[in-house]
Amino acid sequence: MDKRINELGKTIEKILPEVDGVIGLKSGPSGIVAPHLFAKERPEELAFLAVWPKEPVPDTLKIILRAHPDAKLAIVCRGCEERGIVEMFKHAQLKLDNVMLIGLQCEQSEAEFCRCAKPYTVHAKLTVGQPIQGVADPLTNKIAAMNLEERREFWKQEFEHCIKCYGCRNICPQCFCNVCALEDEKWVQTGRLPMPNPSMYHLIRAMHMTAKCVACRECEETCPAGIPMAVQFRLIARDVKEMFNYETGAVMDQKPPQLLVLEEGEYQRTGLPH
Amino acid sequence: MIQYENVLTTCPYCGTGCGIHLQVLDQQLVGVLPTKNHVISDGGLCIKGWNAHAFVNHPDRLKKPLIRKNGKLEEATWEEALQTIADKFREIKAQSGPDSIAFLSSAKCTNEENYLLQKFARAVIGTNNIDHCARL
Repeated sequence: MDKRINELGKTIEKILPEVDGVIGLKSGPSGIVAPHLFAKERPEELAFLAVWPKEPVPDTLKIILRAHPDAKLAIVCRGCEERGIVEMFKHAQLKLDNVMLIGLQCEQSEAEFCRCAKPYTVHAKLTVGQPIQGVADPLTNKIAAMNLEERREFWKQEFEHCIKCYGCRNICPQCFCNVCALEDEKWVQTGRLPMPNPSMYHLIRAMHMTAKCVACRECEETCPAGIPMAVQFRLIARDVKEMFNYETGAVMDQKPPQLLVLEEGEYQRTGLPH
Repeated sequence: MIQYENVLTTCPYCGTGCGIHLQVLDQQLVGVLPTKNHVISDGGLCIKGWNAHAFVNHPDRLKKPLIRKNGKLEEATWEEALQTIADKFREIKAQSGPDSIAFLSSAKCTNEENYLLQKFARAVIGTNNIDHCARL
């Protein structure tokens, strides 16, 4: 058995009696993995504990906490999922008082699969596995190096493949508005494919992910059209860092720029190269 | 005790057979998650699959058969509904022949159910008028 799963299993076993449940991944029929709530009443389920492929567990936490606001829960989270939970907390989507984070450090192959710059947790007190360095994102670098015309053409072609499944919005841990602009006829016309160019759907999502995207890549993974949309969010995240010195999920008590009242001189525009 | 689990199943909407997880919280269906590494859908879904849970407990869902009586649809028992259908089939077939009846099968059904319907059309009613909603 994988050493990391072993260690994670032991960690969860130790915590189980203290909490109402531990959110982790469980291997089901045909080895297909899904989020699951492990509980002390069913310790035998830990034999099916899994870690990969990763799943959108911050959303699972939100679903359970909405129904059980006072529940004491623990959650196994990777770096990106921890960032997702922290940002949800900052945007008042969940309370962290009763949530224990178990940080699962990603392995090299996993980080490379996700082209991840931060494959490690920073807030979780309990951690499993050894943190590794972030890896480069060749796709984002390639697109960032294009000139404006090439980039416009690249995204136009990508968005033409969109089948409007709304999967990227559904799976996103940072998409939690009760009223979604993407369901408003004014912006996104129903029944129209391919999307008009420029695609309001994708532009709205890009804007709404500003200072929110935690680079978990769940949107890319669920996209039936294979649109590399995390790239745009990563480029926006780069700008947000330059302009507001804000990185999602990094510092617990730093307010996201959307929640700040900015005055002239409070932030410095560093002169973007584009 | 809180219970949250995902039940692996197949999307009921068309014949593609995408894998979906039904999210079940405290015995209540609360949502759909795509299944990564699924042999058919590999973590992707279309908009119908993403909403495949929505009809299950929808208030508009029909739970009993309806029979039109005096121009109005009224709730009926299954026995009454099936009897009505059988009577009408017999009547129409006797009057206008078996080719006056056509069957339309569905991608929402299993292979076996689709097989049964064409068997019923050909062997019981006696017509080759059988088609499928995916050709519409």
